[in-house]
Amino acid sequence: MSRMKPASTFLARLPRTIEPYLYLTPAAAFIGLVFIYPIIWILQSSLWQNNPDGTKGFGFTNYRLIFEDPVFYQVVANNGKLLFAVPIMTLLALFLAIVLFERVRGWMIYRGIVFMPYILAVPVVGTTFVYLLGLNGILNTLLRGLGLNGLAHDWIGSADWVIPSIAAVIIYREMGFGVVLFLARLMSLDKEILEAAEIDGANWWQKHAYITLPQMSAVIEFFVIVELITMLSWVFAYVYTMTGGGPGFASTVMEFYIWKHAFAYRSPGIASALAVVLLGVTTVLIVLQLRLRSKSLEETL
Amino acid sequence: MSTRHRRENIIWVGMRQLILIVFSIVALYPIYYMFVTAFKTRDDWLHHQFGFPNPITFQNFTDALSRGNIPLWFQNSVVVTVASILITTIVSALAAYSIVRFRFTGRVLYFNSMIAFMVVPPAVLILPLFVFAVNVGLVNSLTGVIIIYSGLLIPFSVYLLVSFFRSLPTELFDAAAIDGCTNFDTLWRITLPLSTPAIVTLVVVNALFVWNELLIALVFLQSEELKTLMPGLTLFKGHFTLNEPLIMAGTLIATLPMILLYLFGQRLFVEGLTAGAVK
Repeated sequence: MSRMKPASTFLARLPRTIEPYLYLTPAAAFIGLVFIYPIIWILQSSLWQNNPDGTKGFGFTNYRLIFEDPVFYQVVANNGKLLFAVPIMTLLALFLAIVLFERVRGWMIYRGIVFMPYILAVPVVGTTFVYLLGLNGILNTLLRGLGLNGLAHDWIGSADWVIPSIAAVIIYREMGFGVVLFLARLMSLDKEILEAAEIDGANWWQKHAYITLPQMSAVIEFFVIVELITMLSWVFAYVYTMTGGGPGFASTVMEFYIWKHAFAYRSPGIASALAVVLLGVTTVLIVLQLRLRSKSLEETL
Repeated sequence: MSTRHRRENIIWVGMRQLILIVFSIVALYPIYYMFVTAFKTRDDWLHHQFGFPNPITFQNFTDALSRGNIPLWFQNSVVVTVASILITTIVSALAAYSIVRFRFTGRVLYFNSMIAFMVVPPAVLILPLFVFAVNVGLVNSLTGVIIIYSGLLIPFSVYLLVSFFRSLPTELFDAAAIDGCTNFDTLWRITLPLSTPAIVTLVVVNALFVWNELLIALVFLQSEELKTLMPGLTLFKGHFTLNEPLIMAGTLIATLPMILLYLFGQRLFVEGLTAGAVK
């Protein structure tokens, strides 16, 4: 290079051992501030308590309080119920991806349409679905029009239906991601095996059950874990814009409950203990994911 | 092919089209509803909630732009999105380059921890970050949320860039070194120009995240004139609860940039979101 900048000559004179760390420093600084410092803070804060004798000190009172709180179990159950959306959206996405893969006329247009909800902001999706699922929204109007008055519910306002409704809205938005992911994997498969199976007279079901699906296990696992994590750590915006956690606590999820304790109830110790519990659960999932990917990771590095 | 086979084929082709049409209608209906409602008068909406607007009105858009703070929120969203992406891209490119080009102690740990941080729930981080922001005077400041968004985006960005940098031929780097290029020159003049597709993808995916984020914006931007579009919209919705067409017009304005970005760069979204997952 003919034009050497001063910065480059400075870097050229650095010892090889320091240089890699120099490139890492800015990212490490951000990670330290945004992830590591807060995680240490909540661990400490969750153990910091008011003792009965009026002093402050470390102990497990905050954890005892959350495990004695009946709302906590309701909140955990709500997150748990949302997890049922994951197998449903995975199966739907797989089915659609396979249908699209078989070179249906207009498959690229269909893929574009099915993926579209995924680019909409969650608050936008939430706000719109509040109208669509309202008492006189399109869904109930359709059901009544079909003479199925008994099936029309107050989808968002009733404690029984609110979690399934939120789950349906999440499936609506997230499924397109699965379709695109699975389709990309399908297109990278070796077509000769499928063709050979067709010549041998394998039917649609046999072809996919014995040839396609086994080869897709890695990407399916990836999607399932990503969506499980989504159901635990990224549903705040759905709940906030659709229900505000209600009716009662019927649609309150962990993130929402942490946020409430932190900012509405002003109980940082409880909020921290809840955050540690949530972090613990997601960590288990991450470890699972890392173990699943450990092979490909070794190849990566 | 036997006739029986062919007939089955025709039925199957029709069935597949039918299935895809049904799914497409479901996927598009909420977007369609947003559009038609935004062009309706309130009276029209009350009587014909689902049909086409009659008459078509643009009043909701002029109202949404003049009666709320939407233009201001829009501007804030643009500032926050552009700044976060700029910082994230530069910082992540440096880190990813280091991981790919050098062998040093802690390299694998550093990369693995990036994957782990990718999935830390933001709800876990907000309270300590808020306390920190209060102490250093970064609550109610766009700078504060820009720093947080940049931090949140770095793990995924580093991960994506590492995968891409690794796919570049090492001979290029070796040749550059022989020609006397410093490592920084190699990054700046060779690696980055060759990585344009990956970087464009990264920018698109990160823009989508920042533009659509609610929780952090809600907690950290409390005064009305500093809000970004998503928390602004929820506020807007609260102000005009009974005027659905107006709310839908506001929602549409907030979504339009992403819809346009998607229509023009669909491929980038698809590639960005499947990157790293499909191998």
